[in-house]
Amino acid sequence: MRSLSFFFVFLLSLFPILCFSFNPESPTDRRVLVLLDDFSLKSSHSIFFNSLKSRGLNLDFKLSDDPSLSLQRYGQYLYDALIIFSPSTEKFGGSLDLAAVIDFVDSGHDLILAADSTASDLIKNIATECGVDFDEDSSAMVIDHKSYAISGTEGEHTLIVSDDFIQSDAILGETKIEAPVLFKGIAHSVNAANSLVLKVLSASPSAYSANPESKLLSPPLLTGSAISLVSVVQARNNARIMITGSLDLFSNRLLRTAVQKSGSQDKYDKSGNELFVTEISKWVFHERGHLKAVNLRHLRVGETDEPAMYRIKDDLKFSVEIYEWSGKSWEPYVADDVQVQFYMMSPYVLKTLSTNGKGLYHASFKVPDVYGVFQFKVDYHRLGYASLSLSKQIPVRPFRHNEYERFITTAFPYYGASFTMMAGFFIFSILFLYNK
Amino acid sequence: MAAPETSTAAVPSLYTNNALRNAFGGVLSFFILLLIGVMAFSIRLFSVIKYESVIHEFDPYFNYRVTQFLAKNGIYEFWNWFDDRTWYPLGRVIGGTVYPGLTLTAGTIWWLLNSLNIPLSVETVCVFTAPIFSALASWATFLLTKEVKGTGAGLTAAALLAMVPSYISRSVAGSYDNEAVAIFALIFTFYLYIKTLNTGSLFYATLNSIAYFYMVCSWGGYTFIINLIPMHVLLCIVTGRFSSRLYIAYAPLVVLGTLLAALVPVVGFNAVMTSEHFASFLVFIILHVVAFVYYIKGILSPKMFKVAVTLVVSVGLAVCCAVIAVLIALVASSPTKGWSGRSLSLLDPTYASKYIPIIASVSEHQPPTWPSYFMDINVLAFLVPAGIVACFSPLSDSSSFVVLYIATSVYFSGVMVRLMLVFAPAACITSGIALSQSFDVFTRSIKFQLPGISSNTEVDAAETSSATAEAQNDAVKTEKSEETSKNRPSKKSKKKEKEEKPSTKAKAEKRLIALPLDSSVISLLLLILLGAFYVVHCVWAAAEAYSAPSIVLTSHSHDGLHVFDDFREAYAWLRHNTDVDDKVASWWDYGYQTTAMANRTVIVDNNTWNNTHIATVGTAMSSPEKAAWEIFHSLDVKYVLVVFGGLVGYPSDDINKFLWMVRIGGGVFPHIKEPDYLRDGQYRIDSQATPTMLNCLMYKLSYYRFVETDGKGFDRVRQTEIGKKYFKLTHFEEVFTTHHWMVRIYKLKPPKNRIRGKTKKSKSKTSSASSRAKRSGMGKKNPWH
Repeated sequence: MRSLSFFFVFLLSLFPILCFSFNPESPTDRRVLVLLDDFSLKSSHSIFFNSLKSRGLNLDFKLSDDPSLSLQRYGQYLYDALIIFSPSTEKFGGSLDLAAVIDFVDSGHDLILAADSTASDLIKNIATECGVDFDEDSSAMVIDHKSYAISGTEGEHTLIVSDDFIQSDAILGETKIEAPVLFKGIAHSVNAANSLVLKVLSASPSAYSANPESKLLSPPLLTGSAISLVSVVQARNNARIMITGSLDLFSNRLLRTAVQKSGSQDKYDKSGNELFVTEISKWVFHERGHLKAVNLRHLRVGETDEPAMYRIKDDLKFSVEIYEWSGKSWEPYVADDVQVQFYMMSPYVLKTLSTNGKGLYHASFKVPDVYGVFQFKVDYHRLGYASLSLSKQIPVRPFRHNEYERFITTAFPYYGASFTMMAGFFIFSILFLYNK
Repeated sequence: MAAPETSTAAVPSLYTNNALRNAFGGVLSFFILLLIGVMAFSIRLFSVIKYESVIHEFDPYFNYRVTQFLAKNGIYEFWNWFDDRTWYPLGRVIGGTVYPGLTLTAGTIWWLLNSLNIPLSVETVCVFTAPIFSALASWATFLLTKEVKGTGAGLTAAALLAMVPSYISRSVAGSYDNEAVAIFALIFTFYLYIKTLNTGSLFYATLNSIAYFYMVCSWGGYTFIINLIPMHVLLCIVTGRFSSRLYIAYAPLVVLGTLLAALVPVVGFNAVMTSEHFASFLVFIILHVVAFVYYIKGILSPKMFKVAVTLVVSVGLAVCCAVIAVLIALVASSPTKGWSGRSLSLLDPTYASKYIPIIASVSEHQPPTWPSYFMDINVLAFLVPAGIVACFSPLSDSSSFVVLYIATSVYFSGVMVRLMLVFAPAACITSGIALSQSFDVFTRSIKFQLPGISSNTEVDAAETSSATAEAQNDAVKTEKSEETSKNRPSKKSKKKEKEEKPSTKAKAEKRLIALPLDSSVISLLLLILLGAFYVVHCVWAAAEAYSAPSIVLTSHSHDGLHVFDDFREAYAWLRHNTDVDDKVASWWDYGYQTTAMANRTVIVDNNTWNNTHIATVGTAMSSPEKAAWEIFHSLDVKYVLVVFGGLVGYPSDDINKFLWMVRIGGGVFPHIKEPDYLRDGQYRIDSQATPTMLNCLMYKLSYYRFVETDGKGFDRVRQTEIGKKYFKLTHFEEVFTTHHWMVRIYKLKPPKNRIRGKTKKSKSKTSSASSRAKRSGMGKKNPWH
């Protein structure tokens, strides 16, 4: 009995640690809430869910209208990520609503949102808040009469294939996705001016968004490559969001289907969907492309302690360590394009850092001949990687009164002038006073 | 106040012998001076008694902060201090841009007291520096006036200066500004100049240079000295008063003074490069030429001399023309003709308002109004002309200096209200002379006509000394006639002159003036009444008008006294609730206070050295929210502070200063145009205001949620209802508003975490409704309400 209560206390004391939501030390998500329209999805999408589980994620399946639904308790988030596979939900159960989902994202958590032709306003609003606009026509689907999947059953060409992936190893992994991805669902577009959202999978130029059952009376609003099939968003706080208009994209049926693109002789036994959704979910759950920069250091050359202030024309050494999260541990990040700025309203020094391959980046340069409050700035934004922006303020002072060079050769005429003047005055005084 | 005492005190001394009477007079004037010093000190303590022992206003806070740094880190650190907490991100080299006199003075006093085991805080020393130095200034006035017109005039002038309101306004306890010590240095330098001029002693000339050095250390107004003294020298030369004493008074001052001035980092090479100092060198050359001419004249026969003159003049003219042409070309090549903006606006009063809005925007750089003359110097305004007349009878070197001093300072005070401060000592000196001379005349006439007093009694102490002073001045003429080849003054011959002169001179004067008894008595009474009025006015001015520290405001109303301590409340909030390295943006007026009281980095402050930086802040304040956010964000600003008086009727708030922000901002960034903010040339914030005005950041930050106070949004300063009452802030959020809404602090919102997609018609309703609900919920959580 006694030992049991001890154990209980131990568990309780562990509780805050377990509840810690976004851990900067191991950023991979562990607790994921999956919202479903009905539990049949659990089996129809089991391959995708099982692949997540096999990567160590803890999935919590709930119906989207579950009245006990809640993302946080006592100000602590209960989950690290959210998967919304409930496109037709008009209203979430419990305390969950649009604002709660958005707050969840804004506090650094991740989101996978899949819609389909039954998508409700709520789902579309979440997407809009994240910068993705679904087609306004609620009955429209993506139709492509040129690059559709050849299958015996349908003639509407709504099951389309696409292999127009984003060129980023960080997002889609290093293994090339050979087979095209099958897609069946609604179209969305992204604002080109929005720098945070990326089209991961675009439709072919011949695609358009319309209602397949009715006759096309007016030209469709969304056509061609403007249609995005799968988009990802990396928010400024590095929260990652994936949005797609097709819930079927993740389904066992499409994951296992053999695929042949119309007009092409290549026939694949298996569609690219499985690889695609696995890789992109890795990215969304921070198993890849997550960088951290630590130990930003600067030293005056020849010293060991970091100074509180530099003097103009000092020589300094700058170093920073950058690591990438591999899903299990922090590995050194190797790149040759990391730069440091010595910045005061504009960069006075811009220098590419050299790396030792073990995560340490360093550079040495001379402080410019300008005093003021400078910053060491590392702004590193690369496609698919978490953005790094570090800055460290450091004042630069002018010379002290006794740090200027003395007895300059070019000034000898002046020295000569003053001393001859003094001597002359002395001689003149003597002559004037005693030469009577 | 002092003058009646001297004259009445002199009556019993009539019957004693000369030496005893002089000794008694000396002791008496010593005690009178002591009392004047005590009075000068204590009349300035109203601010401490009525409020508290705090530093006042804006600039004193900077001086206080610098003094603290000096006391903590020593003089070398102070000299090399690079301040990274102002003018972010440019920083400011304090050691090289500050006049260190005041700071060093207070620092020395503090250090002295501490080494004597008197543990006063730096703040206390700073608060009381100005009153101490005003006592010193009145003693210096005594010395100066004594050199000009004798002890009586000196005492009167000292008493007048001790309580002249103009000087009180800048030297009450807590007004820890450069002028506090500079006025003393100014008068003392003039005294030493006159003293040298009267004695021809090289010792005083050296002291004079050192006093000038102290003045250069203390205040930019030293250029007044280095222009006034050459003017006087030139005047002396032109009026044929050249003497070796003049040479000794001037030449060492220029040489030593310029060398010493160049040692002050803030002046440096300006001491020889700028046009402000040009006059002194020109006169220096002229003086030497004149001295040389006198020398040649001495050794040549008159005929030879004439030949030499024609030769030299013809050659010299040619050379002079060439030199002057080169000089003019050099000066004309610089855009401001080698003058600084402030000096130019003195020479051409319309210069600043035309070209430099930043100088024109400061209220103390405006020309004064007539009432402000009466307020600041009161009855002295009537006595000054009489004093000038007195200076002309007889005109000596020293009295001509006083006349020149008052003439120039009247002009300068008419250009800038701030320079009233330079005018006040001149007014006190001339009025002191006038008062003392008229007391002299009246008391002498009374004595002359009273029965029992023989007519041939010697004149009283005051008059003897004044006569001696005149005698010294008369020596000029005698010496000039001597035409000695070597103009070295011998003390012996001078003393002789002193002894023989006064008796004859005094007798001559006494015979002249004998007024009827009754009119003398009445005039005396009236003069005393005038003095009494002056004293009453000065005490009132010291107690009521000039003692407010301006960081704490009070107002009297039917339900008692109200204290508005909002400024310190806001600065304390900043100090306790923001990060040490956070940057606070505000209009430059509040920069010094923010760094000193809140210890936060500011973008611009009262040291308006970088016009572009100030214009950037001005532009941000006059831009719409988004543009302003971008400007502030690029400067790493985290908080924006605005001063708003609309709730309590505090007139010098940011809305009233706003047009200057627009002008200064528009001067550098032309997309800000003043007419956009004016409706038909009128500056208004009511419903008739222009949309640009109603959407600019300053309007929004000032009036955000203002309508919640009374439901109408009635601005008590502008006496109108505001134009736009209900609006939201998109890029800023209110974090603190003081009790009377006088200071409002906003925080820049961070950039949005996500970028929203296009809002669509069908959805906009629901989303905006939800966001509104969210915002109103947040509004309730506002911590300060």
